[in-house]
Amino acid sequence: MTDLSQSPAGAAPQPRKHGGSLLEKTPRTKKRNASEARFKAYGIAAITAGLIMLLILVTTIVGKGTGAFQQTFVTLKVELLEEKLDKKGNRDIEDIKKVTTFGYAPIIKAAMEAAVAEYGIETSLKPKELAGILSKDVAAQLRDYVIANPDQIGQTVEFRFLASGRVDGYMKGRVSRDSIENDKNISPAQLDLVDALAAAGVLEKTFNLDFITGADASDARPEAAGIGVSMLGSLFMMLVVLALALPIGVAASIYLEEFAPQNWLTDLIEVNISNLAAVPSIVFGILGLAVFINYMHLPTSAPLVGGLVLTLMTLPTIIISTRASLKSVPPSIRDAALGVGASKMQAVFHHVLPLAAPGILTGTIIGLAQALGETAPLLLIGMVGFIASNAPETLADGLLAPNSAMPAQIYEWAKRADPAFYERAWGGIIILLIFLVTMNTLAVILRRRFERRW
Amino acid sequence: MSFVKLTASTLAIAAVSATAAAARDQVQVAGSSTVLPYASIVAEAFGENFDFPTPVVESGGSSAGLKRFCEGVGENTIDVANASRKIKDKEIAACAENGVTDIIEVRIGYDGIVFASDSGANSFEFTPADWFLALSDKVLVDGELVDNPNTTWADVNADFPAVDIQAFVPGTKHGTREVFEDKVILAGCEETGAFEAFKEASGGDKKAAEKACIALRTDGKSVDIDGDYTETLARIESNKDGIGVFGLAFYENNTDKLQVATMSGVVPSTESIATGEYPVSRPLFFYVKKAHIGVIPGLKEYAEFFVADEVAGPDGPLAEYGLVADPELADTQEAVSSEAVMGGNS
Repeated sequence: MTDLSQSPAGAAPQPRKHGGSLLEKTPRTKKRNASEARFKAYGIAAITAGLIMLLILVTTIVGKGTGAFQQTFVTLKVELLEEKLDKKGNRDIEDIKKVTTFGYAPIIKAAMEAAVAEYGIETSLKPKELAGILSKDVAAQLRDYVIANPDQIGQTVEFRFLASGRVDGYMKGRVSRDSIENDKNISPAQLDLVDALAAAGVLEKTFNLDFITGADASDARPEAAGIGVSMLGSLFMMLVVLALALPIGVAASIYLEEFAPQNWLTDLIEVNISNLAAVPSIVFGILGLAVFINYMHLPTSAPLVGGLVLTLMTLPTIIISTRASLKSVPPSIRDAALGVGASKMQAVFHHVLPLAAPGILTGTIIGLAQALGETAPLLLIGMVGFIASNAPETLADGLLAPNSAMPAQIYEWAKRADPAFYERAWGGIIILLIFLVTMNTLAVILRRRFERRW
Repeated sequence: MSFVKLTASTLAIAAVSATAAAARDQVQVAGSSTVLPYASIVAEAFGENFDFPTPVVESGGSSAGLKRFCEGVGENTIDVANASRKIKDKEIAACAENGVTDIIEVRIGYDGIVFASDSGANSFEFTPADWFLALSDKVLVDGELVDNPNTTWADVNADFPAVDIQAFVPGTKHGTREVFEDKVILAGCEETGAFEAFKEASGGDKKAAEKACIALRTDGKSVDIDGDYTETLARIESNKDGIGVFGLAFYENNTDKLQVATMSGVVPSTESIATGEYPVSRPLFFYVKKAHIGVIPGLKEYAEFFVADEVAGPDGPLAEYGLVADPELADTQEAVSSEAVMGGNS
């Protein structure tokens, strides 16, 4: 009654059962409208918060990771001294191979001294410190070259060498003269040399293809590490997943959806498939270790085993999405096919399956993308660690030779002591994200393009 | 679901037999995360200089590595276990039970354990007694064993700043933890006289007293880190008062973020550890399964290459990374080339 007493004087005294008009809102309507406005505001706030998080994530990843795609290189002329590399002078490849990478150190020191002299750089550094601005990978690069081209011994050849991780960090601004105060790995005098070489145009920062194609490197040479080989490891695992999970998953769902009788057994299977989809991935890793490695004696660290474990993980996802897309095909299609005399199998394979295919493919791609980003199960089957194998040459090699996977490689880099690896971990995340976004976009396109609504 | 798994296994067998599973031709290594960087440096150089494939090195901690090492003999078990502590009798027994009897122990050098805080925070000069008083579960106050009452570093030692005690120590699966307990906490326990009190309380039982000494407080002032040093570093970066336990090599790669504390007045460095002045150091090992030598190609060559002068010597890449070279390296080389097993029975 309070609102009645507050209504303007002179208004007709009418009882208002439901209150207000379109023009004049009652407190209750106002309250309801306000709560709706509040709810909208919450929604917008939630979306904004999500977007801000995404923005922060993307800027952090891009900001920290782009450095990995650039690398500092030094161009040097190296005299491949015969007395160091081929003492007997007979160019016997076995004798040349006996010179280990440690035997190449004097040649590298001499090349640095020659460069300092050529560009007239004044420095008080000893030859060993001069060579210290180069990567430890240089000796391996030289040795590979000499073994591949023994006829070049005695000649002077121009090489493009990696600079050490600290020098690279200095060129990228990650390392400064203040931050190396207590650092034993590099001295201010070496940074002076780097500045002088950069001014002479010998030392420069360029795009680093080796990061995308190369293999992992040890803690002593972060500058040489690349994600390429582990990318191949991921690829082979995905091949295994695709080859196993798609046929098994589709066959299982077709049977369950189209042929299986409805009884307690199929109900139990259904419930368990849904449960399996929610099992933490590490459990599949333990299962993989017990079954594939300890019982079946498959090799450890092999992408084949990784693929098998991820297949188990991906199967429920594929089965659930396949069943959903089979269900969405209207029964009239089946009835019509059966009505004109098709067998049940013909009805399924000629009519239902083609119509459900876009949904199945979408589910498969999303399942694969999920498997691609998975690290936990790989921990237990030996795919996380220092695995610096060469790129596999054959299919069998790719499946059975030890390899890592992209997320495992990123995890491994993030653990290492040298900050240069940290940058590469972020760079690896960028590459992994590009793959995931591409796969998800493909799934969306497939769905948009081919899905039929009934 | 069971039939799906069965199908998966059947297909897997088919896939493997189709590709004719070849014998393993690369060395498999696992174990201590402290040894991992050294092992990976050696593995990389080994792959470059020999015609054998690059060995695979996994981490996971000394105990986890030795456990896998002792699982048995055969291609699907690892060949080498890295450890930042000596193998225990219990582990040797577990190995023997699974048929792993001839084990070659190889000491590669020494590693220092350092105490470091954020480079912008307070600097410390510790003694083992300070750490015992800061982290032990029970300490001696006026001759009585009481629950540790110290909450700030100033409570521990009047020379220290009055900041909250917050220490990040390696978890129990790390070999580093044991050295920390032995060389720091236990030493501090004896120094402060608490050891005698514990011994008295347990009726003269030395073992029980040692166990009581190394029991760390559980009120959150001491945090076990089960991950790697990068996790400890991240904790210190987010908590500027925190002090972490690191390996010397890790600290030397992160001197811009960390400042190191002295222990008993000595600054940790490869030199002060080599001379024995810096008290908290430990030997690093790897263990080789003798039964795998000759079966896994390159295993013996890898072990020999690891301890070669040009690799593990004072001028080698391992020393450059932070390993303190072993003065008795020549004996180790001799032991590896003659495949001398532990217990000296061959």
